[in-house]
Amino acid sequence: MSVRRLSPNQPASFAFTPENVEWAKGQIAKYPEGRQASAIIPLFWQAQKQAGGWLPEPAIRYVADLLKMDYIRALEVATFYTMFNLSPVGEHYVQLCGTTPCWLRGADELKDVCRKHIGPEGQVSADGKLSWIEVECLGACANAPMVQINDDFYEDLDGKKLEEILGALRTGKDVKPGPQNGRHGSEPLGGLTSLTSTVAGGGK
Amino acid sequence: MLQDKDRIFTNLYGLGEPGLLGARKRGDWDGTAELIAKGRDWIIDEMKKSGLRGRGGAGFPTGLKWSFMPKDSGGRPHYLVVNADESEPGTCKDREILRNDPQKLIEGCLIASFAMGAHVCYVYVRGEFIWERERLQAAVDQAYAANLIGKNNIHDYPFEVIVHHGAGAYICGEETALLESLEGKKGMPRLKPPFPANMGLYGCPTTVNNVESIAVAPTILRRSAAWFAGFGAKNNAGTKLFSISGHVNRPCNVEEAMSIPFRELIEKHAGGVRGGWDNLLAVIPGGSSVRCVPAEQIIDCPMDFDSLSKLQSGLGTAAVIVMDKSTDIIRAIARLSHFYTHESCGQCTPCREGTGWMYRVMERMVEGRAQKKEIDMLFDVSKQIEGHTICALGDAAAWPIQGLINHFRPVIEARIDSYTARAAKDAAKMAAE
Repeated sequence: MSVRRLSPNQPASFAFTPENVEWAKGQIAKYPEGRQASAIIPLFWQAQKQAGGWLPEPAIRYVADLLKMDYIRALEVATFYTMFNLSPVGEHYVQLCGTTPCWLRGADELKDVCRKHIGPEGQVSADGKLSWIEVECLGACANAPMVQINDDFYEDLDGKKLEEILGALRTGKDVKPGPQNGRHGSEPLGGLTSLTSTVAGGGK
Repeated sequence: MLQDKDRIFTNLYGLGEPGLLGARKRGDWDGTAELIAKGRDWIIDEMKKSGLRGRGGAGFPTGLKWSFMPKDSGGRPHYLVVNADESEPGTCKDREILRNDPQKLIEGCLIASFAMGAHVCYVYVRGEFIWERERLQAAVDQAYAANLIGKNNIHDYPFEVIVHHGAGAYICGEETALLESLEGKKGMPRLKPPFPANMGLYGCPTTVNNVESIAVAPTILRRSAAWFAGFGAKNNAGTKLFSISGHVNRPCNVEEAMSIPFRELIEKHAGGVRGGWDNLLAVIPGGSSVRCVPAEQIIDCPMDFDSLSKLQSGLGTAAVIVMDKSTDIIRAIARLSHFYTHESCGQCTPCREGTGWMYRVMERMVEGRAQKKEIDMLFDVSKQIEGHTICALGDAAAWPIQGLINHFRPVIEARIDSYTARAAKDAAKMAAE
């Protein structure tokens, strides 16, 4: 069980921007009458985005009020799901997969790179640009090892490639997400072993 | 070896034309109305005949599951919920369907919902799959725009697809935890009975299916149950997406016939084991939750439910994690113990306390800082967790450790011996000083 606590430093208040208020109405409308609590995860996610990558306590209360939920129920959800960051993160938030399939292919090396280039796990770098944590399987095991930075997956990494990516992000340059070794998706590197015929509509 | 013409996921790698147009060229949404016109009973019967077993890990026959939905539920709506909360370590197949072949899934949702009398389908995508979710949502929007789904669609069956997402909890892949999460609560599994088919989402009849199970349905119905049943050994029918990761030369996802021998699967598609076949140590054949199998037992084993369960392992999600002889197998399993410790929802005491306990002992085993009698104690504790929890996460945490002890006990003992010898030497040195 992952035990998580709210950050001691919280902003005074939180409210959705007018665009997000409209967006939230659309989300709530997806669920049946009286079941608006179903929208809590999407709303928290949007609140986290608006707050700069973490979910402050006033945002939890705000969303609870919006969905007419008890604060304790909303707090339960915020602390249960590990994608809700309860304290601030870097502008580029690196989630490094350390579970066995990635570990077998060199996740430890990536961790060393993060320690060297960003600092200790869970701490925002001095310039506020980067922070990193180790997470559990991100579901891209055929492209291991990999990290997720904000919304994007960076796959088929090694220490050197991750160093380059972190360096580029720090200086505000764009990096192409996805596999970093020339693969398109999860096909075998160096040539297809299936779906080679154009009849199947998949091959090139 | 499976031929391309018999592959269902023809855009698995995303190399084909994207969007609805590309999907239609690949055969999706072809004659869906005729399939629906054949009626609920025909669809469920064909699914039963095809021998499709659920692709989410447990391998329960899909057609049978569909038939559990009540015919008449007194005005309560029915729901189909698609489990796209793919988080089992080693598994990365549903991701490819969501981002590259989403129309297959949407068409499957319509057909399955029709067969079960559901007019609304929720697809629960894991939170981390942000791009995949957007790709799926775009595909759903295209299907609405083409009037394939929606209130007055061309199939004359009112039907809504709603894409929902989680926020990083492995446990939400368990069907009742997923329903709790979808209702806006913590993802803690429910006691069964009542089963979701009677009391599921919002207290209404609900069926929860894996992405792959739903996405293969339209092709099975179009090409006939007999075609699908023609692949694989008896009782293990069909084609299957395999996720191959770990120490192979070319890790990949691939669709193959069930019951393909392990050696052929790895040799043909993954470029063989790193360092050759003599370098193979062990394989976790079905995602982290199944017991590992040592090299000599797995090499010629058919990859299907029954053959792997004979080896006290399982096909699970067909996520094949290959480990060569450079692997510290104790550490590999200890890392999985950490995973289960992190992901336990905390509802049942044996799992909440037990997963952490086992992880701490496993960490000592990695160093060798343990006594040999603790190996038996660890095994015993794992047996007390297994089967004593509401959901299968307790079992899933216990099995990898049991597999390790069954097959690699000498490795654990040697580690303890070398630690003890080192400690004794250090003690002697300190005494001499």
